[in-house]
Amino acid sequence: MTATLQPSAPAPVAAQRPSNPVVSALGDGVVIAKRNVIKIKRVPELLVFTLLSPIMFILLFAYVFGSAIPIEGINYREFLVGGIFAQTVIFGATITGAGLAEDVQKGIMDRFRSLPMSRAAVLFGRTASDVIINVITLVIMALTGLAVGWRIREGLLKALLGFAIILLFAYAISWVMAWIGLLVPSPEVVNNASFMFIFPATFIANTFVPTDGFPSALRFVANWNPVSSVTQAGREYFGNTGLPVPDVWALQHPVAYTLIWTVLILLVFVPLSVRQFKVAASR
Amino acid sequence: MADVITASGLVKRYGEKAALDGLDLTVPEGTILAMLGPNGAGKTTTVRILTTLLEPDEGTATVAGVDVRKDPSGVRALIGLSGQYAAVDEYLTGYENLDMIGRLYKLGRKQSKARARELLERFDLADAGDRVAKGYSGGMRRRLDLAGALVAQPPVLFLDEPTTGLDPRSRSGMWDVIRELVAQGTTLLLTTQYLEEADRLADDIVVVDRGRIIAQGTADSLKSQVGGERIELVVEHADQLDQARGVLAGVAVGEVAVDEHTRRLTAPVTGGGKALQEALRQLDAVGVTALDVGLRRPTLDDVFLSLTGHAAEDGEDGTDSPAPTTKAGQQ
Repeated sequence: MTATLQPSAPAPVAAQRPSNPVVSALGDGVVIAKRNVIKIKRVPELLVFTLLSPIMFILLFAYVFGSAIPIEGINYREFLVGGIFAQTVIFGATITGAGLAEDVQKGIMDRFRSLPMSRAAVLFGRTASDVIINVITLVIMALTGLAVGWRIREGLLKALLGFAIILLFAYAISWVMAWIGLLVPSPEVVNNASFMFIFPATFIANTFVPTDGFPSALRFVANWNPVSSVTQAGREYFGNTGLPVPDVWALQHPVAYTLIWTVLILLVFVPLSVRQFKVAASR
Repeated sequence: MADVITASGLVKRYGEKAALDGLDLTVPEGTILAMLGPNGAGKTTTVRILTTLLEPDEGTATVAGVDVRKDPSGVRALIGLSGQYAAVDEYLTGYENLDMIGRLYKLGRKQSKARARELLERFDLADAGDRVAKGYSGGMRRRLDLAGALVAQPPVLFLDEPTTGLDPRSRSGMWDVIRELVAQGTTLLLTTQYLEEADRLADDIVVVDRGRIIAQGTADSLKSQVGGERIELVVEHADQLDQARGVLAGVAVGEVAVDEHTRRLTAPVTGGGKALQEALRQLDAVGVTALDVGLRRPTLDDVFLSLTGHAAEDGEDGTDSPAPTTKAGQQ
């Protein structure tokens, strides 16, 4: 270990703080996002499982349940895929929470918190890199969907809008998960806690079957569930329509309703998560 | 010399329990202060407050003149922290870890890359630098973590138990690095459970117990408080005890303690190995057979027993743990 440092550094290099805090925070966010993307590359198992489970869902529902779920007006498989898109990206948000919890647990968060960097950047970087995972997942699922009979009927531009609104909603959910990830002690707890919430949230909806047949209380919840509206918005943009839409404002105006929820969730959970980040201690 | 780190009346409570209970300390520029104490004494809490990770309930602290509560981001620009658990990103290579930290310090792309390579070289990680940190040994992770703390050449460094869990070779390597840093003018606060480590590295030592400083001084002054080094001898036959006591009294610098039941004699000495050799030579000359003999240096346990009356255990009730026989013999 030869000493190659300049003897005694009087002025620390880091003392030159950039003048514009926004630019500097964005820069920090990019560094953190890059780090998370490297992790996707290094732990391909993670991506493989993230991708395999939606493929599995599409195949299981399409061929196992699909054979027993006849619906009028549209091929069930075409109906199904939009729902699975929504469900999968919402599940994908748990990666945000689990990743943050892991960073806290391993002390990496302490390192970040002791650096002269933007505090919000760790969270913005993390949620941004998880959008990348969701994009990859959607591409794979779309290809699987096309193989089993899903179709884009309204043109590519509208289809992209459909993907965009699904991604946007998932982005909001990943801030909920970020908050949970910073609140609980370990990645395992994040997974368990969020499954308790995500399973009902994505099943009590129009994701897998139309809501008409639900008992009335459940139908009410399902029709006003934003997971239903984001699914409905996606189906409309993809042109997977043909079923009567329940006469509920949320589903008659699925894009507006989804955007309202997205904004509300972000308004609540971004500040909550940033505050929790300051508190989160690894021990 | 100006005091680079100051803490005054720090209090941190977790529910009923006070992790820090009015802790004061100062570290002059370019020196090493070691905080010595068992688990749960409040060492890590102190470091976390001084590095802005935690806010104290009461008290004030400054780092290089900057108040940790009023301007935490000002403090963060001046410090490096290497924690108790190496904060290394396992999925990145050593190089990527350091480069990431450099970028977050706003070093600029080129400078950050150069600095990462330079530090890998310096910490014996050049060969492993492009491997994923997941495969690193404990010692390599610690070195990488310490390198991370040095990326921006901070004038003030905090090392929380930098060698806990390291094998002896890695430990002494870490000591070399730490000494080199301070020779270059860095001010350093380090926590440790090992008196030897504090002894080797620190200019000053504070002994912490239950959130308070209970003793302060140089390694030598602390050791003299606990009696310094001593020879421990167990003779084969009880009837040799008197003879042995006579010999040891000749080399001892204080009273020779005798425990007849275990046939153990304890004699405070100075001069270490020389005193032991001399004692052995004389014992041999008078025909005393030693069953077991050795030179014993004060341990953290001894310091604690001597300063607090309870042993250096994690829990609250260390008093019932068995006291070393030497202490029993001396009293």
